[in-house]
Formats: sequence, structure tokens, C-alpha cells
Amino acid sequence: MIDLPSLQERIRAAAEARRPLCIRAGGSKDFYGGPLTGEPLDVAELSGISDYEPTELVVTAKAGTRLAELERMLAAHGQMLAFEPPRFGGRATVGGAVASGLSGPRRAYCGSLRDYVLGVEMIDGRGRRLRFGGRVIKNVAGFDVSRLTAGSLGTLGVLTEITLKTVPRPRAECTLTFALDQPAALEVMTLWATRALPLSGTAWHDGTLHVRLSGADAAIRAARQNLGGELMAGADEYWDEVREQRLGFLLPAQALWRVSLPARSPQLATEGRMLLEWGGALRWVPGPLDGGALQTLAARLGGHAMLYRGPAKPPEGPFQPLSPAMLALHRRMKAVFDPYGICNRDRLYPGL
Amino acid sequence: MREVIDRLRRVLPAGAVLAGAEELKPYECDALMLYRQMPLAVALPGDEAQVASVLRTCHESGIPVIARGAGTGLSGGATPMPGAVLMSLARLNRIISLDPLARTARVQPGVRNLAISEAAAPHGLYYAPDPSSQIACTIGGNVAENSGGVHCLKYGLTVHNLLALRVVTIEGELLEIGASALDAPGYDLLALITGSEGLLAVITEVTVRLIPRPQCARVVLAAFDSLAKAGQAVADVIAAGIIPAGLELMDRPTIAAVEPFVRAGYPLDAEAILLCESDGTAHEVEEEILRIEAVMQRAGSTECRISRDEAERLRFWAGRKAAFPAMGAVSPDYYCMDGSIPRQRLAAVLQAIRAMEGKYGLRCTNVFHAGDGNLHPLILFDSNVPDEVARAEAFGGEILELCVREGGSITGEHGVGIEKINQMCVQFGSAELETFHAVKRAFDERGLLNPGKAVPTLHRCAEFGRLHVRGGQLPHAELPRF
Repeated sequence: MIDLPSLQERIRAAAEARRPLCIRAGGSKDFYGGPLTGEPLDVAELSGISDYEPTELVVTAKAGTRLAELERMLAAHGQMLAFEPPRFGGRATVGGAVASGLSGPRRAYCGSLRDYVLGVEMIDGRGRRLRFGGRVIKNVAGFDVSRLTAGSLGTLGVLTEITLKTVPRPRAECTLTFALDQPAALEVMTLWATRALPLSGTAWHDGTLHVRLSGADAAIRAARQNLGGELMAGADEYWDEVREQRLGFLLPAQALWRVSLPARSPQLATEGRMLLEWGGALRWVPGPLDGGALQTLAARLGGHAMLYRGPAKPPEGPFQPLSPAMLALHRRMKAVFDPYGICNRDRLYPGL
Repeated sequence: MREVIDRLRRVLPAGAVLAGAEELKPYECDALMLYRQMPLAVALPGDEAQVASVLRTCHESGIPVIARGAGTGLSGGATPMPGAVLMSLARLNRIISLDPLARTARVQPGVRNLAISEAAAPHGLYYAPDPSSQIACTIGGNVAENSGGVHCLKYGLTVHNLLALRVVTIEGELLEIGASALDAPGYDLLALITGSEGLLAVITEVTVRLIPRPQCARVVLAAFDSLAKAGQAVADVIAAGIIPAGLELMDRPTIAAVEPFVRAGYPLDAEAILLCESDGTAHEVEEEILRIEAVMQRAGSTECRISRDEAERLRFWAGRKAAFPAMGAVSPDYYCMDGSIPRQRLAAVLQAIRAMEGKYGLRCTNVFHAGDGNLHPLILFDSNVPDEVARAEAFGGEILELCVREGGSITGEHGVGIEKINQMCVQFGSAELETFHAVKRAFDERGLLNPGKAVPTLHRCAEFGRLHVRGGQLPHAELPRF
């Protein structure tokens, strides 16, 4: 059984030898980010829910705990994770979810993973145990390092335990569908987001807009009357597919680009089918295409693009390049936590 | 040192550098008035380029810089220090753009919090975080402190309502943090800078998220004959799957102090009252308010009233909003604390604070954000009585340390500043504090931005003598004990 002192010892030894470590638990996101560099450091055994008090809306879990297990426990108490992280066939873990920072369909309406991170315990690249944030909803003591770890892809150290805010499950939920082309779908998603509607997910592809509503019975009834559309059957399965990019046309063998754009951005002039989420702020573009051109276009619109998954990892990394000033700051931040560059080197940006 | 004043006068327009004693006086403190200091000079840049010039000039001269918004902060984050330049962002006060369809506003840091919601109101939108000082406090200060408010249980803190920042480093370098999109590549520096109390960079532009204003809101006023029952009712509301728009508690002394002020009709015989607000569509609110009432009754509420109209809702809230000014009429001085704790520890912590009143010979009243466990004990004292200030500070310190022991934090929304810097040694161990200092150096190698605030030196913690002992290991083992 893995314990924290022995984990610290391994990290210290690796730091001394300048030997990179590749942090892994479920391995569900090996496809994501830059290359997997270094000796595997398996933290899957750091598993289990350490503390859950439903009336606090707070749960603490060891990093290797499977998301599916955590979500089952929350569901038993009528709660859930608001940001709907992808579970990737049940293998995804809490630590991996935080490290990747990925959020699902609810993100545009309920907030992102990092919004729900209250605290982390971690071991930095020097083998020191650190604890940031806590188990309370309001806490502004010290720099917010716990939220900084969200999306850092393990480059700042090994997450060992995470505290998340939970939310009550909505009392009612339904999904409506509308036959609309892409410009019309973008327009209504933008417009509806400005109204006090109980939106909890929007997804458009193949000429159909799917709108999920969650909340009080009365709110759902009123919104249905207001919006019209067709009631969708099997909606839970559909949103699970959206959440994990499993819709049929997003073929796993093919490249999949993830483009994040400001609200109200226009239709992208790319060929082929695509999936729109988050009211149009997130666009999934499959197929081989000129990534550099897509990144230039995304930047011009005020967003960014990444190669989310693909047959090969590009040498310059899958993420939108940073400005020289930001890259320099990233290097300095990395050096704060991992001065010897051993934790998940190259996973976020080459050399970081 | 004074030559920096001449250098600042060369890079800023006429009248934008203050150095006379009379001119500096208004800047000697923020809303933590216990601490006053005169800065070397006050700089009043009018745009981002001037902000960068001030920072570059001070960096070259090795002069510390303290950024200030409206000076409404309660933890001394904007308290000047001798020999430092205080930079007021008050002149950067323009709403640059507001896009109702994208639901965003780009604003300069000196724009008042409430002014954003006022500008968004014609579009049915508003900016959700509402610190009680919202008519005066600026968005730049809100970002620096990660301010909360009455509605953050449902709508989040400042960090949850931001999209992007433009900031200038001490070296005068402009950085764009975050994006108008819902995420940005690289580390989440937006979260790191939010709440960094002016230690990492100076904010020159903020892009905030606006949300649709709820169609209606109603509030339940529930009275209880004991604090413990009121505390339990708070947990019961959450356990019932309700996230109220606001959930506030006032204790008996507060009720007694505010009622003559606002005539809200509060029950004067109650030990505590809860104000629990529901917002949303009319149907939604109707459904939720009945559920809230049922929970309150099951929790043993002695009296439960539901606001019948908007006027009554505002009257119920009037006392909560007037609580701090009303205390000013009851006591010559008061000291407002800001600890946060797990909700289930509310009753126990309130009892412990009662016991401390005897120990310090001072009264303490409680009015706070019960829904998110954020306490605001008000310690009443008279600064003209010898040693009452010291007793009030010691009392406050003990409350904060109790919050940490109960699994909470020394500050829920006011920030550490200079006020709670010693208690940082209780909440964090030396490895975390060292990490904070290293983060600071990654942005500001020479430590010129707001020095001496928010993060104590290890030496200071050793002197303070309240070291956080974790797992039996004595921290700061390398330092001598005093």
C-alpha cells in the first residue's frame, strides 16, 4: 500500500537524480496534453473518500479516488459535482480531473471545475507536503494555490487529496431539441443565456440543438412553455456522450480539436461536422486540419484552440502557444513548485 | 528617496503626484482605521500606461508601491508604509464596454462595484458579488481581495465572476490573464491573482461576467429562542437541497441595536433570527419559499414571516444592512472579524465566543453570512479606555485561532492585510508560507508590491510564537525560539 511518506521519499530521490516522473492513476487521460515523460508514478492506490458531510456541501477525497465512485456517493445523498467532469469509462480519478481541469456540459451555466476546488493537499517537486485552501466555502487566506493546480496537468507536483464543493441535484430536469442550422443555433443560445432560464447544458450538431433545463419543477414547466421544442427521450445517455466526446461522428482514431471562444463568436469556417457546447463558447472540430491556422483564428476571436486528442502528439505541444511574457512567468511558477523539472515535464508545454 | 517624487512628476500629468502632508492625510489608512501611516507620496495615474510608468519608476528606484482602490478594505490591505508610494487607481474609472449579449463588461479598476450593475440594469443583467460596501468599493479592490457578499452562497465570490484581467507587474510589464472565452491556456493565473491583495501585480482592467437578474426575490424571517437552534436550521436548509440566495444570522444584541434604527419589526425577544432569501422566477420562488418555511418550523422556529411584497423584503433586509452603522451608535468603536468555519460548528463557535466575552471584559455581537459559515463577530470597545484596543485585538485573534481549530479560515472575505498577518502563522505551516513567498518572488523578485502584507515572514511567525504544529513536527525548527 502506497503511503505519503514513501511517496515523498520517491519524489525526493527523483529530484536529487533529476529523474522525471510521470504521474498517473486511472490513465484515462494519457491522450491529453503533451508527451508522457519519465518513470511512471502510480498514485491510484491513494484512494478513498476521506470526509463527506452533505450539509456542508463539501467532500474530500484522495487523489486516486475514481470519479464514478465519488459521484455515486454524492448521488446517494442527493448531491453531485456541478461541473460534470468526464469520467472516461469510469477510469478517471479525482486527482486527474483536477489536474486536467476539464469540465462538462454544465460548465457554461454552473461554473468550471476550478470554481469548485476548495482545497488541495499535494507533494511538490522537492517532496514537501503542502496544504492549500481548506474545507470551507469562503477562504481568502494566502494565495489561491489550490485553484492554480486545476488544469496544471501535474506540472506543479503530485496532488494527494482534494476538497470539492458539491451541489444539490436539481429537483427536475429535461432536455428539449430544436431543428436549427448552426447560425440560428448560435443566435438562440446567445439570446437565451441573457434570460433568467434554468439552462444547464446546450449542445448543437447535425442540425439539432439540444437544450437541457434543470431546477425546480415550476421553473422547468415555465421554461418549457416559453421555449417550445421537442422533449428528448434518453437524454441522460446523450449528455454522458457529450460529456466524454463519445458522439458517433467524433471518431476516436481521428484528431479532435477543442476551440474555446468568447460568447457571440461567429461560425467557424471549417469543413465538416462539429459539436458546439457551452452556448457556442466551446467548439469540437474533428478531422485533420491546419492547427496553426485554427489557433491563429481562435486567438483573433479572443479564444484559444488545442489538439484535444489525435493520432500523434505534435512536438510543439497540443496547446495554444503562450506569449513570451506569459511563458516566462509560467517557467518561474513552475520553478516555485518543481525547481528540478521532474513532475510531468512537457505535459503542459515543452520544457515546462 | 524623495527624488522618486520628482521622477514620478516627470512621468505623470500635473497634479497627479501628491506629497504634501495635507494632501497625503486622506490616504493614511483604509477602513481598518486602527492602523495609520503616511506614505512618501501618492500617485494618481490616469491610464494603464501611466500605471506602468509609476511601477517602472518605483522599481528602478527600489521604492515600494501600494495599490489602492476606494480604501474600503477592512484588513489594512491598502495601509501605507513610510517611504512607499501609494498608487490610487481612482482615476481609472471608466466602463470601457458592456456587451449585453455576451453578458460581459470590461471595466477599469476604479469603477465602483455597484456602478457595474447599474450600467447592466437596462439589459436585465447585473454583476453578482455584492460586498456590503458596494456603493463605494471598486472592482479593482474586489479582485485584489476576492470579495464576497450576501449572495455568494448561490452566486459565488469575485473569483467565480471574472473572465479576464489586464495587470501590470512591478517591472512595468503588461500581462493579459484569463480570456473572454470560458478558459485560457496555461496555468490558472486568474485564480492566483484574484485575492492576492496587491502583492503580485496591479490590476488595470477587469472583464466581469454579468448574469440575468432574477425576476423576483422573497425572504423568510425566522426567529429562534436559541443560537444553537438557529445554527442547526442553517444546516437543515442546506440538507434539504436548498441553496438560498442569501442566508444571514443576527443575534439578540444585534437585533436590539438595529431595531430602533430601522423599525423592521424584528422580534426583540428572539435569541437569533435568520433571514433566508429565495430568488428566481415567481413560480420557483413560491415553491422554494414554502420549503424554506417548512424547514425553519421543523427546526423549532418560534416565529416565521414571509415577505409579502418588495417593500417588506427590503424592510426585513434593512436591519441586516444597518447592523454595522447601528453598532456605531451602541459602542464608540467596534472591530469586525471575518473568520469562516464549517456550518455544523456554528453553534459551538458562537458559544465559545460568548465565553470569551468574560475573559476579555468586552462585548461581542454577531451578524453574519450563516449560509456559507462566514462569521462577522463585532467586538465592541472604546479606544479612549486604556488597554481596550489591545484587549479587542487579543479577543479577535483568539476568535480567528478558534476558527482555524474548527477546520475553518482566519478570513472568509476581508483578506489578511496587516490585520490578520499573525494568524497566518496559525493557519499555515512554514512550507506553505515559503511557497507563498516564492510565488511572490516569481512576480515581484524584489518584494516591492505591498510589502509586509498578507504573508508573514517565518521570522515574524517565530516571534509571534503561535506556530502551527502539524503531525507533531515543530515548524521553523531552523529558527531560534524567543
